[in-house]
Amino acid sequence: MQKEYKTIQSIAGPLVLVDKTIDVKYEEMVEIELSSGEKRRGKVLEINEDRALVQMFEGSQEILPKDTTVKFLGKTAKIAVSTEMLGRVFSGAGKPIDGGVEVIADKELDINGNPINPYARDYPNDFIQTGISTIDGLNTLVRGQKLPIFSGSGLPHSRLATQIARQARVISEKGQDDKEKFAIVFAAMGITFEEAHYFIEDFKKTGAIEKSVLFINLADDPVVERISTPRLALTTAEYLAFEKGMHVLVILTDMTNYCEALREVSAARKEVPGRRGYPGYLYTDLATIYERAGRIKGKSGSITQIPILTMPEDDKTHPIPDLTGYITEGQIMLSRVLYNAGIMPPIDVLPSLSRLKDKGIGEGKTREDHSQVLNQLFASYARGKEAKELAVILGEAALSDVDKKFVEFANRFESEFVSQGENENRTIIQTLDLGWKLMSILPVSELKRLKPEMIEKYMRGSNK
Amino acid sequence: MSTGKISKVSGPLVVTKDLEDARMYDVVKVSDEKLIGEIIEMDKNKASIQVYEDTTGLGPNEEVITTSKPLSVMLGPGLMGSIYDGIQRPLQLIEKQAGAYITRGIEVPGLNLEKKWIFKARVKNGDKVETGDIIGEVDETTLIKHKIMIPPGIKGTLKDIKSGEFTIKDTIAQVETKDGNKDITMMQEWPIRKSRPYKEKLEPKIPLVTGQRIIDTLFPIAKGGTACIPGPFGSGKTVVQHQLAKWADADIIIFIGCGERGNEMTDVLQEFPKLKDPKSGEPLMKRTVLIANTSNMPVAAREASIYTGVTIGEYFRDMGYKVALMADSTSRWAEALREMSGRLEEMPGEEGYPAYLGSRTASFYERSGYTICLGSDNREGSLTLVGAVSPPGGDLSEPVTQNTLRCVKIFWGLDASLAYKRHFPAINWLDSYSLYIEDIKDYVKKEISDEWFNLRTEAMDLLQKEESLQEIVRLVGVESLSANDQLILETAKSIKEDYLMQNAFDETDTYTSLPKQSKMLEVIIKLYRKRRDLIKSNTEIDLKKLFGQDEKSKMAELNDEIAKMKFIPEKELDKYDKLMEKIEKMEL
Repeated sequence: MQKEYKTIQSIAGPLVLVDKTIDVKYEEMVEIELSSGEKRRGKVLEINEDRALVQMFEGSQEILPKDTTVKFLGKTAKIAVSTEMLGRVFSGAGKPIDGGVEVIADKELDINGNPINPYARDYPNDFIQTGISTIDGLNTLVRGQKLPIFSGSGLPHSRLATQIARQARVISEKGQDDKEKFAIVFAAMGITFEEAHYFIEDFKKTGAIEKSVLFINLADDPVVERISTPRLALTTAEYLAFEKGMHVLVILTDMTNYCEALREVSAARKEVPGRRGYPGYLYTDLATIYERAGRIKGKSGSITQIPILTMPEDDKTHPIPDLTGYITEGQIMLSRVLYNAGIMPPIDVLPSLSRLKDKGIGEGKTREDHSQVLNQLFASYARGKEAKELAVILGEAALSDVDKKFVEFANRFESEFVSQGENENRTIIQTLDLGWKLMSILPVSELKRLKPEMIEKYMRGSNK
Repeated sequence: MSTGKISKVSGPLVVTKDLEDARMYDVVKVSDEKLIGEIIEMDKNKASIQVYEDTTGLGPNEEVITTSKPLSVMLGPGLMGSIYDGIQRPLQLIEKQAGAYITRGIEVPGLNLEKKWIFKARVKNGDKVETGDIIGEVDETTLIKHKIMIPPGIKGTLKDIKSGEFTIKDTIAQVETKDGNKDITMMQEWPIRKSRPYKEKLEPKIPLVTGQRIIDTLFPIAKGGTACIPGPFGSGKTVVQHQLAKWADADIIIFIGCGERGNEMTDVLQEFPKLKDPKSGEPLMKRTVLIANTSNMPVAAREASIYTGVTIGEYFRDMGYKVALMADSTSRWAEALREMSGRLEEMPGEEGYPAYLGSRTASFYERSGYTICLGSDNREGSLTLVGAVSPPGGDLSEPVTQNTLRCVKIFWGLDASLAYKRHFPAINWLDSYSLYIEDIKDYVKKEISDEWFNLRTEAMDLLQKEESLQEIVRLVGVESLSANDQLILETAKSIKEDYLMQNAFDETDTYTSLPKQSKMLEVIIKLYRKRRDLIKSNTEIDLKKLFGQDEKSKMAELNDEIAKMKFIPEKELDKYDKLMEKIEKMEL
């Protein structure tokens, strides 16, 4: 039985308090009909005796309390999913906005999902090739991982995201490109029209859209809708991955907008704020999104997440990047210094990290020398940068001969390895060979993390 | 048992009215789905309940039943090798019942009630027994003998004890007490928020050897001690915790994944059964209990998970075992407290954390200790607690870190800048401390060597000096330092790279025994002393030559050997002596 009320008590921001309700359930969906006949949706946030607190998805403007009907639908938020969603563009609330027809549902799924039993998880250990040297070579992404991109305003994270969407491949066990089984779910939260346009056009132009599902919540769309957008995307991804056996890459941008929306609702509820006004449950809430990445034993599909967030003032200790970093398995950091130097993508490899890389690389996955090359490149670049800093203070002449080599290495590493442009798609083999080429700048005695037999096998040129 | 009705639902907090006979911290079953919850606040006829499962779909007027029992764990054979969620439900059984996702209202017992165990009696009828006395054993795994003890509060004469195959609910003996006969089974139940009793707490004096060089050498932990590992994300907290869980010389390991990553728990679940115990060669899982309440699992159960873990730890301690418990991470536990506190609309303390954060933290860590257990044989057991802390932004001034530091005796401070340099374990040697060094001195002197502490002090001293020298170097360059100061820099570098840096993923390097540690450090310090003597005897000395900076010299070869000495297997410790001989004979 559906229950209808005309008993709105108070309205505060996106929150509506309905009085004299009977048998309302927590998290139940609500439909509100305005006097004009317009219908809006919301969900129950709290019930106290016979009062229900409803959070509106589409804002509360124009609600006239006495003429508005509130209907409790007796079900929680669900999304209709099917494989026909591939190639389509939806709004942040899950409605098609590409002019196409409604999707015929194969299934209706609860958008909140359930936590995966850690016992049922399978450990991520297969490589995904993004074609970007700094990611593939040094911060390798594996299937089932969640690896965020920490960016700042004005940095080209959108372009990096589309490049990844365009180039990402899973390499099957036979070393072949497994195109059939690959899909992208893209959720945009609170981005501008121009950004959204850029994404959609780029996906269309490159044909990536064929294998993609896009959810777009624009900056002027209802704030509260933003809270469900990533959940719609992830529910769709779960369906494609664990019921249809696909490898799904989920790109979520921009998580900062999502957290702002959460803070807005929390403030409207007058909750005790945690750090910087964000709700105390921000960690738990973010975890319910990020932890939906993974693999499940006995299922062939996987969900890999690349959430993108812009750090306010490039501050990594801000609660959003901070809590994200505690949940995700590493991070890719973009650097303003590199960007200003014209390096694209401007990934700063030193603070970047992929926690799961060790199991996704090596013989049979990428190449036997991968982990040694990775360690050596990291160490050499770190030393090169240190030497560069020293040179700034003391002048280049004060550097030892070896340090000068490291400076040269660091410079070429940035201009050749990190910098690759938006349209260059490098295979992992090309990336590793490039690494070897750069390491040949350095004296062999300094390459302590490479085993002699590897140097023998892979080092080109005179520097054996 | 009485029933009440739901009046309010707000996330994991449910308020009921008219729940009679309900006591604080009693377990209740909420709604028809029988979701498990615990009473955390009472006000007249209203009781606030934290529910350990998702509350979606609950509404007013649904039924709430009290069980009139506090939240307890089942203790008995079958614990070893188990993987539990925060309230002791085996994840394996949940998977069997509900599939890959954890759904609600699943009721599974913490221990297998049907499985028969072979009980071997160790006492006979007519013996006088008291609380804590061991009456028999079960070979729970090949590594662990599960001792069956007389439960707390029972004292009298034993009768009817029998060996044989029993389930944990079967009566294996009876005790004639003043208040009549009491049945003894192999299972006990204990409320998780109450610490288990012991006879006496002693000062920890024996080191807990972890095989991690920076820990054992510079900041050792004692059996029964407490430690915390704070560090920003990416600094390797979890790897350090895993290393401790793998290699610490405890009999039993309890590992609590409290609000952490799902994939990380899976890694533990998949790796531990494959790892071999260095002493017995048996899979480590046979001495391990895992508690996994990942970040996306219900927040209230996360709060309970550390108590579940520590209660199981105390139970094994009571048998006389050396137990080590790792909690990763206690910050998530504190956040769960904060979340519940917020929903209860309590007055917040610092950063929104409840004002009782400090006392709760302290009472958790106080459950550690080296104790004389209950029972007439005065056996000794220990429970070591190691908690990871995840300070927001790596800022150690935040409340969870500060409250933890007030009650633990070891601080292993992880440093993000070390982690960026891929120096692991990224424990900062200048900030960290251990207050157990004096306590364990006698033991180490007796068991390892007299020299050990001198070596340690000298190494610490060099590291300390290096720090101030580095500042000068940054201003004026290395060249302007005296030969002795340059030697200090070289040696400190060697200590850092060849000793403190340890690769958790390398087969040999992952674990270093105390004798090997002492030899390794001796090699480095010997070389330092030798070079110092050489400088003293020759003021015109060529430093490049002395430090082996040019290739293909004998000295460079020696440096190389030292760089690789961590990979010398445990069985070939004499190689270190040869290295030391080489150093002795060395000349320019």
